[in-house]
Amino acid sequence: MAAEVSTTEKGRPARTGRPGHLARFGRPKRPGRPTPVGHARERGDRRLGYMLVAPVVILLLAITAYPLVYNLWNSFHFDNLSYGNLPHNFVGGANYSKMFKSAQWVSALERTLVFTAVTVAFDMVVGLGLALMMHRRFRGRGFLRAAILVPWAMPTVVSAMLWKTMFDPSAGFVDYILGAFHPAWSSIAWLGASVWRSWIAIFIADSWKNIPFVAIILLAGLQIIPNDVYEAARIDGASWWQSFRSVTLPMLKPAMSVALIFRTIQALLVFDVIYIMTGGGPGNSTETLSFLSYNTFIINTDFGEGGAMSLVLVVLALAVSFVYVRAFRPQT
Amino acid sequence: MTSAVADDVPAAVAVSISRGPRRVSGKKILRETLFYIAVAIVVLIALFPFFWILRTSLLSNSQVAAGVGGANGIIPSHLSGVAYKNVFTEASFFTPLLNSVIVALATTVVTIVVASMAGYALARLRIAGAGPILAFILLAGFFPVLAMIGPLFLVLRYLNVLNNIYPLIIVYLVYTLPIATWLLKNFFEQIPSELEDAALTDGATRLQVLRRVVIPVAVPGVFTAAILSFILAWNDFAFAVSFLTSTAHFTAPLAITTFGQSQYQTFYNLIDAAVVIISIPIALLVLFAQRRIVAGLTAGSFR
Repeated sequence: MAAEVSTTEKGRPARTGRPGHLARFGRPKRPGRPTPVGHARERGDRRLGYMLVAPVVILLLAITAYPLVYNLWNSFHFDNLSYGNLPHNFVGGANYSKMFKSAQWVSALERTLVFTAVTVAFDMVVGLGLALMMHRRFRGRGFLRAAILVPWAMPTVVSAMLWKTMFDPSAGFVDYILGAFHPAWSSIAWLGASVWRSWIAIFIADSWKNIPFVAIILLAGLQIIPNDVYEAARIDGASWWQSFRSVTLPMLKPAMSVALIFRTIQALLVFDVIYIMTGGGPGNSTETLSFLSYNTFIINTDFGEGGAMSLVLVVLALAVSFVYVRAFRPQT
Repeated sequence: MTSAVADDVPAAVAVSISRGPRRVSGKKILRETLFYIAVAIVVLIALFPFFWILRTSLLSNSQVAAGVGGANGIIPSHLSGVAYKNVFTEASFFTPLLNSVIVALATTVVTIVVASMAGYALARLRIAGAGPILAFILLAGFFPVLAMIGPLFLVLRYLNVLNNIYPLIIVYLVYTLPIATWLLKNFFEQIPSELEDAALTDGATRLQVLRRVVIPVAVPGVFTAAILSFILAWNDFAFAVSFLTSTAHFTAPLAITTFGQSQYQTFYNLIDAAVVIISIPIALLVLFAQRRIVAGLTAGSFR
């Protein structure tokens, strides 16, 4: 390190503005950046800064903004690959009116909203419980944290297949254990047989994978609450419940909002677990907005109506995330 | 002698202190027990399903056909590795696995290079518009994947690279870049700028500073970003199922959904053997880097 620095000094004594050997003596430190050629450096820095940021911005624009514009354009055209090579016929708002009138799409929208409300509420409550558990100091806390983190890190195909196995009437654990209580329960068909039971299985698989994320975010929120606040509450004679309500919950608000927003968007866009566990069935009863979007684009190759559906997804996701960005404007 | 007196006082104090907690100790023991029971239930719910797929993956085909119960209880009377053999021979799982490894590693490398450049610039080089740029990067992370597949499908079709794993490397950046850039930006901000200023004063250029001073110090942050990127790229399903059509080009998660289907039943031993195999790298990452992953997930998400 020292050798490197001295060679650079020798290489460019003029740029530092003072003889290199003086640098070794304890000169009084000047506040701020000691740059005699400050302006040139700042301009250079800025140019370098744009060059360094450009790749991220260009790549992300290419994979998000470009498809967004393309979808917008497609949504006003008739574009279906099964009719030859993308006819590009302008059709005005026909794709939108078709979508809003489609009973399949409207019920997918309703299902998605209900699923989002239920899972987000459930995941937040259970996640908070797990966060409090992981926050407590006890033997085996590290193991608990790792055990909770493992389901989150798994691919959705793992969580979905795992619960598909668990709920299988023949190979699964759920019916095996239910059969111990009542013989008629030993061969309940869950997936693809009943709408309610399919949703229960999807809900369990989804929550099992996603509650850990909520719990980890809330745990981090708990960790930054200073201990003396609790101490003060204890001295004032507050019970556990009182200090939980008046200290923990208010101070946990930023973390709760982050977890809430992430989970809301993930739940609104739920796709993998549905595709793998039920394929949208029985009938169309577990189709969500994202699932319909996949069907329209890839199975029906209808890029016009698919474009219209995508814009609804984008509006939903952006509406939620704008709330987040507004509430927690990044400090720069 | 004097020590006896001196000892006496603290002993008395100690007794009076210890008597306090001891009086409520019955209640406390009960509470501790309940707590540990709750912990045990959570750990069981989190891990028991893994035990179940491991168990199922070690069954023979006839055991799967027979269903759970009898000799095939929670712990089956005999186990076999036939599903692990079949998953590579019959189901040729090796190619999808290799595809997944290639794509996830390549995505990680691209992410780290691109995100550390941007993260450094956003943390240190006062560029105008850093705020909107950061907000855009964050928003891009929330962009609905299933809204992107249509246009991207058309682009890949036009470029004649549908059913090819390499375009996925670019597409997966939408998962990895937002979190990696934010994480690295926060990390670079924490490195004391005196280090860099000293080197700059000594006449080093910015790029030299980045290479010789910043990157060595930033290794832990880069490592965390790399682990998260690998997990996110490894876990993708939506893009793979939309763009890949032939088994030889499938990624591992996609290939698994095609396994074990026959007319009369589903061979869960085969499916679960594949599930166990793709879980292993992720489980190892979590076990060895639990702290880093947690720190990375929460870094800068609020403060």
